[in-house]
Amino acid sequence: MKDEQIYERINGVFRDIFDDDSITVNANTTADDIEDWDSLEHINLIVAIEEEFGMKFNMNEVTTMKNVGEMVEIIKVRATK
Amino acid sequence: MKELEYPFDVDYLIKNKRKIKKKLLLNDNFIEKRIAILGGSTTSEIKNMLELFLLNYGIKPTFYESEYNKFFEDAMFGNEELDNFNPDIIYIHTTNRNIINYPTMYDDIKTIDEMLENEYKKYESIWTKLFEKFNATIIQNNFEYPYYRLLGNKDASDVHGRINFVTRLNQKFYDYASEHNNFFINDINYVSSCYGLDKWANQFYWHMYKYAMEVPAIPYLSFNLANIIKSIYGKNKKAFVLDLDNTLWGGIIGDDGVENIRIGKEVPSGQVYAEFQEYLKDHKALGIILNINSKNEYENAIAGLKHPASILLPDDFIIIKANWNPKNLNTKDIAEELNLGADSFVFVDDNPAERKVVADYVEGIATPEIDQPENYIRIIDRNAYFEVTNFSEEDLKKSELYRDNSKRSQMMSTFDNYEDYLKSLEMKAEIASFKPIYLERISQLTNKSNQFNLTTKRYSLSDIEEVKNDDNYIKLYGKLEDIFGDNGVISVVIGNIKNKDELHIDLWIMSCRVLKRNMEFAMMDKLVEKAKEKNIKTIYGYYYPTKKNKMVNDFYDLQGFTLKKSDEEGNKVYKLDVDKYVNQNNVIEVNE
Repeated sequence: MKDEQIYERINGVFRDIFDDDSITVNANTTADDIEDWDSLEHINLIVAIEEEFGMKFNMNEVTTMKNVGEMVEIIKVRATK
Repeated sequence: MKELEYPFDVDYLIKNKRKIKKKLLLNDNFIEKRIAILGGSTTSEIKNMLELFLLNYGIKPTFYESEYNKFFEDAMFGNEELDNFNPDIIYIHTTNRNIINYPTMYDDIKTIDEMLENEYKKYESIWTKLFEKFNATIIQNNFEYPYYRLLGNKDASDVHGRINFVTRLNQKFYDYASEHNNFFINDINYVSSCYGLDKWANQFYWHMYKYAMEVPAIPYLSFNLANIIKSIYGKNKKAFVLDLDNTLWGGIIGDDGVENIRIGKEVPSGQVYAEFQEYLKDHKALGIILNINSKNEYENAIAGLKHPASILLPDDFIIIKANWNPKNLNTKDIAEELNLGADSFVFVDDNPAERKVVADYVEGIATPEIDQPENYIRIIDRNAYFEVTNFSEEDLKKSELYRDNSKRSQMMSTFDNYEDYLKSLEMKAEIASFKPIYLERISQLTNKSNQFNLTTKRYSLSDIEEVKNDDNYIKLYGKLEDIFGDNGVISVVIGNIKNKDELHIDLWIMSCRVLKRNMEFAMMDKLVEKAKEKNIKTIYGYYYPTKKNKMVNDFYDLQGFTLKKSDEEGNKVYKLDVDKYVNQNNVIEVNE
């Protein structure tokens, strides 16, 4: 899967979760960039991304991922759909 | 909204909850309730999902959410925010993660009994405290099974086992529940087992976020909770409307003939329908009315129900529509004949096209997405259309009551004069101030009545208890019986005394089972009599229109009140001079 495809699908998930079609994420996007992205919403985001790509993050990854770019790196390796 | 009925797509709900909420809020017909969530683990998403399910039931919640794992402190020591919030419902979300002392192999039986008692007492003291402080209903989780078994299978039977400990603790919760009316168990033990305990207890979510179950399980938990709440507030369904061919039996009776339909225990494909029929029949004891809506010749429908292996018999149904009319029209006719709103029906049909036409044209009706006959029961059952919270004796006899009504209409046709008909019924009413044995039914009635309801004010059981004990209220219930049977408690009136000589009617409701029997006049006679005893000079009546209560739009006009005020929305205030009132009932014998 190409990076753009992954970003496009991640973007779709973000837009659904935050119900905001103006969101466009890139490698540097962090929780600070999106108003409703707090620690509780982060959980739902992870669940939705996992479902979207048919994969799981491990605990270490969830706690250390700093931005969307790092998320994409993990997805690239592990995505099953 | 189909998305919020079982079986639901969890990923869709989690991803789209903001959109769904916006859509639900377009509706404007909500009752508002304050719900306090006291959690022993993270509750954020539980609250979000609960909100969606409640909005879907027409209940608009506002929430108080305790700080993380502060359920005990909030309940026992209170805090200003919670006190001011004054909840209608208090939900205590505790799980086996909140059990502090589990038995170990070193403990003797006596010590374990003490541990059990201590663990239980902690909860009991919370409930006692909350009931003292708030006029609220408490919903308490039971405990789900622990996800590992140190003793293996013996964990269940040995007092040292955690499974055993949790089971005993749960039983103590149930004992408390059986003795307290405003206390309900949210059975997460059952929900987690349906979901699958291994998945439910996915420890990732505990260690990462302090959720006591995995996040995708939360919609099931919240749905289960929402079902208790909607039941408390009278949002249960009341009747089944059932298809016949391939729904109650296998095959098409018109084509296959009665001898070839599949029903009964001899063959698997007949057994599955027999079991479904049994499931439906058991609902009669809950006060659920069964009806038929089938595209069939009437004779064939009856022949099918008279099949020797049929569990359901023609007499189990109140209305049987077997004809070739569109099913949405039949459904509306059934609603009219039963005097029930069609939105209180569950329409069961194996044909998706029939479900769609009914769902599209009958607002608010449930049309469960049944697929294979072996799944019918599960899909209907999980939707908790008839979730039992307040069960009254009346419910056991509900089908009888409706049948008596059809006998009455037959008799009516033999009279030319309506008053003669009413007299021939030899009606006897009991109209009196609230009595303890009827409080459950009274509360139920305030929550169920939509049509003959002037103010649509809802009262929980604890609200009713409060009214009963307050001398500033005149509170009457009415029971009615006649030659065909006893209708039970069918009317409730609550008037609030203000400024010494004014009575304001907060609530006037009557069950549609007894429409046009002049019971409302008998009730008014008694209300005026009671008002005079309390030196009331003026009675004020209020009518607040809803989508459903048009039938009582001119109620107070008919009762001889004078219109004082009305506004654009149709809200009306009426006034009655007590001294000028003349008794109106002359067909019902009234006792106290």
